This record gives sequence, structure tokens and C-alpha cells, in this order.
Amino acid sequence: MSKAVRNKRSLSARVGGLFFVLPSIITVIIFVYGLIVWSINVSLTNQNSGAKKEIEYVGLKNYTDLLVDERFTHSLLNLVKFTVVFILGALITGFIMALLLEKGIKGEGFFRSFYLYPMAISFIAMGTVFNWLLNSARDEEAGGLNLALQKIGLGFLQNDWYVSEKGAMYAMALPAIWQMSGYVLALFLAGFRGIPDDLREAARVDGASESQIYRHVLFPQLTPTLLTVLIILGHISMKAFDLIIGINGKSYVTQVVAVYMWEATFDKRDYAKGTAIAIVLLIMIAIVVVPYLRYNNKQQAYR
Amino acid sequence: MAKDLVDLVVAKPAKRNTKRRRTGKEKFWLIFRYVSLIFIWFLVVMPIYVMVINSLKGVKNVYLTNAFKLPEKLDFSAWSVAWSGTDYFPQSISESMSRTLFFVIQSSIISAIIGSINGYVFAKWKFKGSNLIFTLFLFGMFIPYQAIMIPLVRIATTLDINRSIYVLVLAHIIYGIPICTLIFRNYYEAIPNELIEAARVDKASMVRTYRSIILPLSIPAFVVVLIWQFTSAWNDFLFAIFLTGGSPKLSVATTALNFITGSSNQVYYGVNMTASLIVSLPTLIVYIFLGRYFLRGLLSGSLKG
Repeated sequence: MSKAVRNKRSLSARVGGLFFVLPSIITVIIFVYGLIVWSINVSLTNQNSGAKKEIEYVGLKNYTDLLVDERFTHSLLNLVKFTVVFILGALITGFIMALLLEKGIKGEGFFRSFYLYPMAISFIAMGTVFNWLLNSARDEEAGGLNLALQKIGLGFLQNDWYVSEKGAMYAMALPAIWQMSGYVLALFLAGFRGIPDDLREAARVDGASESQIYRHVLFPQLTPTLLTVLIILGHISMKAFDLIIGINGKSYVTQVVAVYMWEATFDKRDYAKGTAIAIVLLIMIAIVVVPYLRYNNKQQAYR
Repeated sequence: MAKDLVDLVVAKPAKRNTKRRRTGKEKFWLIFRYVSLIFIWFLVVMPIYVMVINSLKGVKNVYLTNAFKLPEKLDFSAWSVAWSGTDYFPQSISESMSRTLFFVIQSSIISAIIGSINGYVFAKWKFKGSNLIFTLFLFGMFIPYQAIMIPLVRIATTLDINRSIYVLVLAHIIYGIPICTLIFRNYYEAIPNELIEAARVDKASMVRTYRSIILPLSIPAFVVVLIWQFTSAWNDFLFAIFLTGGSPKLSVATTALNFITGSSNQVYYGVNMTASLIVSLPTLIVYIFLGRYFLRGLLSGSLKG
């Protein structure tokens, strides 16, 4: 077969490939990128209520308004508190789980299966349980987690949980950690087991102690996994919505950015503000995710 | 070939020092690990335990103060109330459950078919710019859907499909394209190129190669995508609440549950717990039987699987 013929064929094959994914490409262009542009467009107008009126462009007014909107800054601060505690908590818990399992232990499959099941359950269903268990009643009236803490002699840890003035967001992070630690466990377990056994063996032969092997041989190898975990937890955290709604509804104390967007859109019909909040959220997430996608894309190219 | 994360997770680490007796220190660490694992196990199981035992205490007699106590006698009345409702508890979840099942099955199947075709092209019939387009797809997986929601609701209202459950079928298909494409692409990348080349030498067309070589090998990937789409659509709250406007006629499992437990029925904790349990059962059952496939879908979301 001459080279020219082969090239011709592969050209038609290439166009053929494009032909089959074209419907999806168009769909994604319209419904992801097109609608984002549309949202940005709405956020630059005066559509601040359900009432019909002449649409006017007001520039960045809806964005500058957010900066001085106490409810928005409150929800943003809440999100920051939640994110810090959630990421640290899920990271540490998941990592400890992985450390306990990575060497292999009898019954590993049993523990691993249980540790991962929360991922299969909706935040709304779990929220119902945590809404109940994290009740703020204390001492004699206490039930749920407060009662459990008394029973095991940690009564001083009793808490107002998600209704407390200062600690509501930290309390909110507990169910989130509960739900997501399994994911972190799975990622780290894969990370540990992707490290060639020879590395460990070599260090052992060189007389390194177990703790030295972990610190100097294994942990450095887990840096890419750590990066992945941080990105995944970060974008999940910033999107926190049904977890919050499931436990505490739209309550002001635990309002985060996504919930505030819902309130502005649904209750106030302030579409301009709703889209502005959503675009701010999108930018926050893009800052975290886009570099990761680019890094991932580059790695793919080397394969 | 791409490293498969799931195989790493479930891999058995190499056995070392098999025949040797454990030293005292090693014994201590082994016990320490088991104690920690069991402690974590209790924490993880606790909410499901609370759901189950409180669903068996009947409609009344369920108080926060006895939330962890086993029922004195088994009473299944909360199950029938949560499932079909009564005078004082009019909202039931049976209707929402069947509506959810109806739409979730359709959207998962169509998503899987689309994902398979896309994945095949992105893995084996790359065209100029296909890697860039694929990355642009992936971004669609990470966006907060709030950023497209208001225009999406407008489109649905204009097309007058916001009063039908098909609005959710469509939404989950459209926004499932990135993850489904990703899962299939990663799966097909692992199929040796020689197979495709051989078919090409035999002058098999692209479609023919897909039908006779790729498709028969795709069953595991189909299972992964089907249960991934099933679980995420079943558990979805965001699209449901925005696109159906919270209309009771279109309530799905999560919105119905949120309505039941978030409204004035706070007193009927037994029913709340039962309803939560019933709503969680389909995805839990899928997880119990097909956990490894679920894990594969989950890890794909990290772009590394």
C-alpha cells in the first residue's frame, strides 16, 4: 500500500471520528459554554426581580453589589471555614484509614467496603440523620451525638453543632468528612500500592526503620496523590449545596455561596444577582480546576 | 497502558516474612491497627444503624434520647407510613421513588450509549484537536451547575418541558456526557491498538470495528457508567430542585425526602428515618453488589482512573 493511499484513508477515518462525536461536542458547547456565557450576560443586567421590565445592562454593578452585601460575604466566609475544616478533616481521616490498610490486613475488603459506602448515599438522606443526631440539646435533655459524648465520658465536648453562632460551619464539616473520607482513602490506597515494592525493600536492606521508610521513601511518592485529593475535595467543598440543605435548610447561620445563590434565585427571583453569585463560584472553582486539567492534559500527551 | 486505580486499591500487597513468627512490637501494631479499624467502622456505620433501628420502633416512641437504643419490640408501622402515607402524614415517597426510577434508568442507558461512542473516538480515532476538545469536555464535569442553571431553567420553561420528568432525563444525559466519555475513553485506551489495526487491514469500517471488536469488550465499562449515572442521578438534588421548581407533581426521591423531613413533620422521627433509609436503599443495594464498579466510576472522577 502506498503512503498516499494510507494517508487518504486515515484522513477519512479522522473525519469519521469527528462526525460521531460532533453531536456531543455541539451539546457541550451549547449547554456548558453557551449557557455560562448566557449566565454572564444575565449577571450584567438589571433583572433583579420577577417583574417584567426593560432589560438594561448595568455593567459590573451586580458584582460590586455583592462585595458590600453582608449576606454574601457571610456566605463566603462560611464557605471558607467549612472548606478548611472539611479538607483537613477528610484528608487526615482518609489518610489514616489508608495507612491502616495499605500493608494489607485480614478483613481488609470488609473494612474498605464499609468505609466507602457513604459515597453511595445522597447528602439529603444523610442530612436527615445528621440533622437529628447533631441536635443542640444538652445534659439531661441531650440526645444523639451529645448524649453519646456524655456516655463515653466526653460530656465536655457537647455542642450546639449547626445552630451554634460561631461553630456552625465546623459542625457542618463533620458530616461532610464522614461522607467523603472513603474517597480519600481509595485515592491514597491506590497511591500507596502504586509505589513499586522494590523501593521499600531497597530501603529495608539499607537498614531504614519502618517509620523512616514511610517518611523518606513512601510519603514523597504520594505528592501527586495529595494534589489530586486536594483538588477533588476543594471543588466538592466549594459546591457544597445539598449537604447543607439536607441538614439545616436555608438557615442563615449555615448559608454558603451555593445556598445563597439558590435563595436569591428562587425566593427573591433576583436572577441578575443569582447569576452573579454563580459566576463568582465558577471562577473560584476554575482557579483550582483549570491548572489541574492542563497538567492532566500535558501528562496525557506523553503517554 | 494507563494504570488502573481500582486494581491498585484492591491489590493484595506482596506478602513478606510469611513463615516468621511476629515479634512483640509487630503484634502490638497489629492489634493497634485492628482496634483503630474497628473504631472507625463503628463511626462509619453509625448513621445507617440509627436509620435502621429507628425505622423499626413504629411511628411514635422515637425520641432523640433513645436514638441509639434497640427497639423493645419490632414495629414496622413507620415503613408503611413512609411508603404510602396516612391522614396525619400525607406525603409519601412511593410515587416519587417510582418516578425517580423511571427517569434514572432512561438517562443512565442513553448516557452510557453516548459515552461509549464518544470514548471510542477519543481513544482510538483521534482527530486534530481531539485532546483539546476532550479537555474542554472535562471542564464541564467540574463546573458548579449553578453557573448554567438559570439559563437552563429558562430554556426548559420556553420549550415547555419543565412540567415533565423528561427535563431531568435530558439534564442528566447532557451533563453526564463528560464523565461518561471519560470513563469509556480510559477503558478503551487500554485496548491494544493492534486489534484496531488488524480490523483496519481487513478493511473493516470504523462502525464495523466498533460493533464487532469494541462493543463486545465493553461490558465492564457499561456497568461502571450505568451504575455511576444511576447513583448520581438518583442522589441528585440540585437539578431536581431547580428544574422541577419543587413541584410536588414532579418530586423525585431526594426532593420528596427533603420536603418530608424539612417541613412540619419534624416530630415523626421514626418516619423520617424510615423514609431516608428507603430512599437510600436502591443505591446501597447497587453498591453492595457492584461496589468495585462503583469505585471505578468514583476514581474516574479524579481523572486518574
